[in-house]
Amino acid sequence: MQNVPPRASTLKSRPSTLDVSQQILSHTYPNGLVLVAEPMHWLQSAAFTFLTPAGSAYDPADRSGLSSFTCEMALRGAGPRDSRQFILDLDNLGVERSESVSHVHTSYSGATLGENLPAALAIFADLLRRPRLPEEQIEAGRLAVLQELRAVEDEPAQKVMVELRRRHYPDPWGRPAHGEQAALEAIALADIRGHLARCYRPNGTILGVAGCFEWEKLQALVEELFGDWPAVEEQRVQEKPSPSRHAHIPYDSQQTQIGIAFPSVPYRHPDYFQARGAVGVLSGGMSARLFTEVREHRGLCYSIYAAQHTLYDRGAVFCYAGTGADRAQETLDVALRELTRLADGIQQAELDRVKSRIKSGLIMQQESSSARSSSLVRDWYHLGYARTLDEVGRLIDQLSIRSIDAYLAEHPPGDFTVVTLGPRELEVPLGVS
Amino acid sequence: MEFHEQVLANGLEIVAECNPAAHSSAMAFFVKTGARDETAAVAGVSHFLEHMMFKGTARRSADDVNREFDQMGADYNAGTGEELTVYHAAVLPEYQDRAVDLLADLLRPALRPSDFDLEKQVILEEIQMYEDQPPFGADDKARAMHFGSHPLGHSVLGTAESIGGLSVEAMRDYFHRRYSPANITLAAAGRIDFPRLVAAAERQCDWPAVPAERVIQPCVAQDGFRALRKESATQQYLLRLSSGPAAEDADRYAAKLLATVLGDDSGSRLYWELVDPGLAEQVSLSHCEYQGAGTMITYMSCDPDQAAGNLARIADVYGKVEAEGITPAEVEQAKNKVRSRIVLSSERPRGRLFVLGTDWIYRREYRPTEADLAAVAALTADDLVAVLAKYPLTRATTVTIGPLAELSAAQ
Repeated sequence: MQNVPPRASTLKSRPSTLDVSQQILSHTYPNGLVLVAEPMHWLQSAAFTFLTPAGSAYDPADRSGLSSFTCEMALRGAGPRDSRQFILDLDNLGVERSESVSHVHTSYSGATLGENLPAALAIFADLLRRPRLPEEQIEAGRLAVLQELRAVEDEPAQKVMVELRRRHYPDPWGRPAHGEQAALEAIALADIRGHLARCYRPNGTILGVAGCFEWEKLQALVEELFGDWPAVEEQRVQEKPSPSRHAHIPYDSQQTQIGIAFPSVPYRHPDYFQARGAVGVLSGGMSARLFTEVREHRGLCYSIYAAQHTLYDRGAVFCYAGTGADRAQETLDVALRELTRLADGIQQAELDRVKSRIKSGLIMQQESSSARSSSLVRDWYHLGYARTLDEVGRLIDQLSIRSIDAYLAEHPPGDFTVVTLGPRELEVPLGVS
Repeated sequence: MEFHEQVLANGLEIVAECNPAAHSSAMAFFVKTGARDETAAVAGVSHFLEHMMFKGTARRSADDVNREFDQMGADYNAGTGEELTVYHAAVLPEYQDRAVDLLADLLRPALRPSDFDLEKQVILEEIQMYEDQPPFGADDKARAMHFGSHPLGHSVLGTAESIGGLSVEAMRDYFHRRYSPANITLAAAGRIDFPRLVAAAERQCDWPAVPAERVIQPCVAQDGFRALRKESATQQYLLRLSSGPAAEDADRYAAKLLATVLGDDSGSRLYWELVDPGLAEQVSLSHCEYQGAGTMITYMSCDPDQAAGNLARIADVYGKVEAEGITPAEVEQAKNKVRSRIVLSSERPRGRLFVLGTDWIYRREYRPTEADLAAVAALTADDLVAVLAKYPLTRATTVTIGPLAELSAAQ
């Protein structure tokens, strides 16, 4: 726990730079639950994010999609509320909510007016601790998760990236959260109850709150809502190698979708921002290399990007391009050339632009309670504390072309995983894998 | 929060909502032009031109444009619709002048033939991309059917044929007719120094005024049903368009609240009827406003086996609300959601920017966030029922696309 936030009046006159008076407060409860919070008294809203340790990596092999199905069922009533009352009460509190399942977490987020935060958190405490899991709704829930699975089939850009990730990371880290049809059809209510008992637990859960709230009251409320939630033993994950690294998926479409991945360092690694700087040279603004070389100079595609992805102990860069089938080979060749060329080093002007974009983004985060609450929990998961924007700003300031070139010399882009989806298979150049 | 406005001698209007406590400055040129201002021969030119704006000016190459935005760390983009084209950027306040200078310079593009030919490939890629993803062009088809011969039925992207055949001369001609200062508003929100904003516009926007009026034709909405086959699709998709209040119509608030009651993505009537039981993957109802016309759009995606049943269920939901009305509790629930959304979006300057710009370009009106909140708070169930009586949801154009060879419109 840290000191109390400064008076609201000092927070109100903010510079256009990173607010050095930014407060991040945290408390770890005896059962392991972490509350990490950032007051933003100039906002009327408050946002929250629960990261619960129920991700697809913990789905049993023959029950893939169990975390997603559990999330679907947890939203169908909890505590004193049936499913209708549950949604109605959240709607009346104006909670804009979203849920997502990643490899290690199920995340429940919401944003609303600050005055409604305590009531909203109480409802989510019921969801996490006392979901009703109504038996008469399990078939409706199953239909819903099966529909989500089917919807991905119609989104080629999403489909190629799901497959890329599955092939790039060893199992279970690349598992698609939405599961597989046979497994979803086999899941019984007992599986969901078991998953809930194992994975919805205080130890490993991180609650982030940002926006308009009072710290002491929040801390006491969370104690009241979650203090007597008993801890449960953590689960172990066994890694298995992924299927073959390259693949082409035949697909009836105009465009060919291209996914390329290569290894990087995770968020907690001391060189993370070196890697992020390097990826920023490849992709981000429209002057970045991939967009310039593939779209602006050659007109090969509408959409192309590269983005850093992080797990706890490893990271990767995932690249995407979607392009007409007849020009897909050229797009793949040019993209791979640009990725490989990164190892030759970067220019000062490129780095200046990357720094400028990242810092501008950090400053604008101060205008969004949702952006901050999700950053708080992500930081806590990876680092065990949440960085202030000022600290991130200083890490960005320290980047130089020398430091990034040194990182790239040690970690040249290579060892690529390439997945394509479209009417015709492409040739993956020799020496790429 | 302070509002300022000014008109330059050539007719360009400048509006700003200045918030000295904001961290960023957001600004945009709203150009009153889009697909409805095109002839069939140049279908898609508004959108293609929007891309060409980023390909350089007399002073800048395409690479210069991208580089300069990125040097400022700007969050920038542009978008083209049926009747508006918007060029926007959010920057740190110290870059206000540079950002206005750059956006304004963009609006006098070089339109070099070599850039035109290269960018044409990108547009053709974009058209292919939309053909590959839901709803596979059915949105354009539904709008064309609903509006019939009215220009709001035009496609924003155009077709591979119209884009393929477009000449740079035709684009230049369109540009000169539509990008007149009389047709453009510069809007800004967040931490904005208004005198500097006006000074920058005076320096940069000394563009000649040409008449650029838009003739608003009366719109006679068409009813109809069409099933399009897309064998490779997995899910079945449905679009249903009926008439709604226009941008000038005070009923638009009631229409949006009505859409929330019936078709919000959570807790609405369609949600409980279709999404909660797992019968549809998604369903929504939304209100879309244009100058002189408006639409209510229903969108649904589902397993093809459920499509016929869902079509009937949607018709039932709409028939029932027309017959039986809406409860005060439903109105309260919708208001609570909308109030929270308005506040959340207004906390970011770029959120305010779009509200400010569209209020001005459509209605020449400045509405602070509190005015929008008050307008929503004042609505009653009777207001929503009155809008429903004026714009029945049961009279609609329906287009469905997916693996089904046919889908019965029977209810």
